[in-house]
Amino acid sequence: MINSLNILLPEVFLTLSIFSILMIGVFTKKSFNLVFNLSTVTLLVTAGIIFNSSNIPEKIFLDSFIKDAFSNFFKILILISSLFVLNSSRIFITAKKIDKFEYPIIILISILGMFFMLSSNDIILFYLGLELQSLALYILASIDRDNLRSSESGIKYFVLSALSSGLLLYGCSLLYGFTGSTNFNLIAEQLNKENTGAIFAMVFILVGLAFKVSAVPFHMWTPDVYEGAPTSITSFFAVVPKVAGLALLIKFMFIPFSNIILEWQTIIIFISIASMILGAVAAIVQKNLKRLLAYSSIGHVGYALAGVATGVAPGYESAVVYISIYVIMNIGAFSCLYLMKKNGEYKENISDLSGISKKHPALAISFLIILFSLAGIPPLGGFFAKFYVFSSVIEQEMYTLAIIGLLTTVISAFYYLRIIKTIYFDDSVITFDPIKDRVAQFTVFLSCSVLLTFFLYPSFLNNIVNSLFIN
Amino acid sequence: MNFPILSTLIFLPLVSSFFIFLSKEQKNNNSAIYISLFSSIATLVLSLFLWFSLDWSSSDFQFVEEQSWINDYIKFKLGVDGISILFIVLTTFITPICILSCVNSVKDRIKEFLIAILVLETLMIGVFCSLDLVIFYLFFEAGLIPMFIIIGVWGGSKRVYSAFKFFLFTLLGSVLMLVAIIAIYWLTGTTDITQIYEIKIPKEYQNLLWLAFFSSFAVKTPMWPVHTWLPDAHVEAPTAGSVLLAAILLKMAGYGFLRFSIPLFPVATEFFTPLIFSLSIIAIIYTSLVALMQDDMKKLIAYSSVAHMGYVTLGIFTLTKQGIEGSIFQMISHGLISAALFLCVGVVYDRLHSRQISTYGGLVNYIPKFSFLFLVFALAALGLPGTTGFLGEFLVLTGTFQKNYLAALLATFGVVLGAAYMLWLTKRIIFGKTKNEEIKNLKDTNKIEILMLSSLAIFIVFFGFYPTPLVETFNVSVDNLILNFNQDLDNFKLVKND
Repeated sequence: MINSLNILLPEVFLTLSIFSILMIGVFTKKSFNLVFNLSTVTLLVTAGIIFNSSNIPEKIFLDSFIKDAFSNFFKILILISSLFVLNSSRIFITAKKIDKFEYPIIILISILGMFFMLSSNDIILFYLGLELQSLALYILASIDRDNLRSSESGIKYFVLSALSSGLLLYGCSLLYGFTGSTNFNLIAEQLNKENTGAIFAMVFILVGLAFKVSAVPFHMWTPDVYEGAPTSITSFFAVVPKVAGLALLIKFMFIPFSNIILEWQTIIIFISIASMILGAVAAIVQKNLKRLLAYSSIGHVGYALAGVATGVAPGYESAVVYISIYVIMNIGAFSCLYLMKKNGEYKENISDLSGISKKHPALAISFLIILFSLAGIPPLGGFFAKFYVFSSVIEQEMYTLAIIGLLTTVISAFYYLRIIKTIYFDDSVITFDPIKDRVAQFTVFLSCSVLLTFFLYPSFLNNIVNSLFIN
Repeated sequence: MNFPILSTLIFLPLVSSFFIFLSKEQKNNNSAIYISLFSSIATLVLSLFLWFSLDWSSSDFQFVEEQSWINDYIKFKLGVDGISILFIVLTTFITPICILSCVNSVKDRIKEFLIAILVLETLMIGVFCSLDLVIFYLFFEAGLIPMFIIIGVWGGSKRVYSAFKFFLFTLLGSVLMLVAIIAIYWLTGTTDITQIYEIKIPKEYQNLLWLAFFSSFAVKTPMWPVHTWLPDAHVEAPTAGSVLLAAILLKMAGYGFLRFSIPLFPVATEFFTPLIFSLSIIAIIYTSLVALMQDDMKKLIAYSSVAHMGYVTLGIFTLTKQGIEGSIFQMISHGLISAALFLCVGVVYDRLHSRQISTYGGLVNYIPKFSFLFLVFALAALGLPGTTGFLGEFLVLTGTFQKNYLAALLATFGVVLGAAYMLWLTKRIIFGKTKNEEIKNLKDTNKIEILMLSSLAIFIVFFGFYPTPLVETFNVSVDNLILNFNQDLDNFKLVKND
């Protein structure tokens, strides 16, 4: 029992912290700052606990909960990225007057949900975690409740997400019906090509997960929610749930569905190609930066899925590396948005960036680095992400996927270049307020430095990741 | 021992660009100019030292540096041989001249301009040093970023269109090369080219891989019909940008053919030679004709670049000693001559802000020094004996005659066309009647311009009369290249017969 608790320590600590922070929030006045600081500390301490725990796989609660290198890696990734997302948006939150004490607490709750998802070895626990996460996200999307756009995006996200959760749950129940078990490992043993019903279930589960990572054709909610929600929430949406969703997708392919690779491979290849193409083409006409980043994130999920589509461990590893670098780039990109402030109002249109390279050279060069990195131009970090993914894709001799993928990078380069054109080539029309947001500035700086110096030690992430997929 | 001289050479400009970034904004940005001049001259000295301490009688890669990088098979491996050292010296020689040219022509944001040029220098040297396909790709592609910025920020009126066209064309060609590089990695288990030379790529893969590399190099060379980005990019780029583009960036592709396409895929190289011959001949004849009809000086020189690069690809794929040596010589010579011609255009453009040929005429009466230098470069461009231009074309044609009479005949006809458009250009600009009143008040070249142009002129004439130092440098490497190529081809044919 004590041993089980020990394994569950990060979750237990997080839960208790959430409760106590909630109490503090309720019983003190103007408690946002206090709650915010406490949440930051909670994130740090939880990361510390996980960092110090061992990576030896251990299963508890009738094998429904697993703690291993895979879950630990993703939990740390989620904690660190939430830490940056949350702190860089602090001034934004205050300025937008959404500084309710619930804000950080709901984020913590959604992280708790992700933790259970990541550690689940059982469909029921997986679904519970997923729902806990999703419910928190619905509230987050509409947190600016007096704002029509924000409420609209919250409702939209809720309706569509509930639908996908329904499909997912239906898939889970089918899976249980056809394999007689809810445990991932037992399901894996039961699954084979002849089990047609279970293959149906696999399709439903894939659809649900594709929705969560906003892969085409289940991406429709993404641009609207990204644009409608406050930027601080959008940056959270773009980073943290994506990581968790992709991790779960990989986990499903790696454990329960590992015997029906040929069946799901085609679907993933289709989703991947469709996402890459749509992400590249649809972003071209966007005028709003957040909307553009939404389409760009759809494209990036497509690239990560190309790694998953290989169906082998090196491919999954490359997908994990990809998503990690994607996280670094996106945190940087969104933190740049916090620095675009004019007369106290945050600007989010591409045209607002016109000619800022003259007045704000540091911001301009940060955009330059992040955008070229998103486009995957060497020697920046984004190039290595694509390099690893396509390297593993080509290893499996899936040349068509690789060539289509790389050609879409050319198309997507176009719209990233368009922003750079606006920043560097166009006439200057706007001067932003002097930048006072030190945390956001520091986050941008950190993200750019990582992307710029990534080529010095490009196997850094691979060395961490290559222990995740050993069975 | 083992001082990493190549890494120093590569990263010196990058480090100094960082210092420029940190330097304080001043009124005329003297400190930025001095730092960049100093660092680029230091790089030049270092590369000259490298050239002279290189063992010319060996075809091995020298000053090799090796560092495990992505993993043990994709290494950070640098090295030079007789072929690449000349391109490195060309790069380090042209860069200080470009920086000097900025002093007059760039008015706005000179600090950023110098940073872009120095970063570009780092990447260009890197391309010529890399002995690993991934590193090569990294430097090759990364060069797009500074060049995109240079064209887009300091370019002419249609700069946005040109910059996008340049970037997207090149990127499109290059991604296929990336696929090929990764495929080679999985086929041979390494991307270290010296090892791939030994392992040999299976025959059945060679054609496709060759085509993938070709797609990238053809765009960069540029070969007909994917040359259309070049005139746009040249016309809109600022002087220093055009110079770097013409003198060095175009040479990356020719170098790529020599270093990768031929030794890695000998069977495919032989198979596709007719394709290259046809495209080169079309490039030579067609773009020369197009060049004849241009109203814009820069566009004319840009088209002439395409034609000259046609000789280069023609010569490389003759796979004869004369042909390849001629191509390398032609690349170096074109690097000097086109740089000089673009600088000349820059000189008059700075004064009259027009690139139209019709604006000028009768310059010889008012600015004789400039006219003299322009005449030298124009004659060198059309291949007058006694200049480097002649030797390159002559050797290429000699090589071609051994392989294909028709191609050689047509290419020779291209020489006549080359003379036609260059002479006509000279006639319209330097001689003739002065219609434009403004020309009468033109100032002749100042000291900096004289320094830039005459240093180029000296080497064009010097190597035109005394090419030995250049030829000696790459002689053994070229011999070895051809020897290995023929051996590989024979081996593959033997396998087929068994």
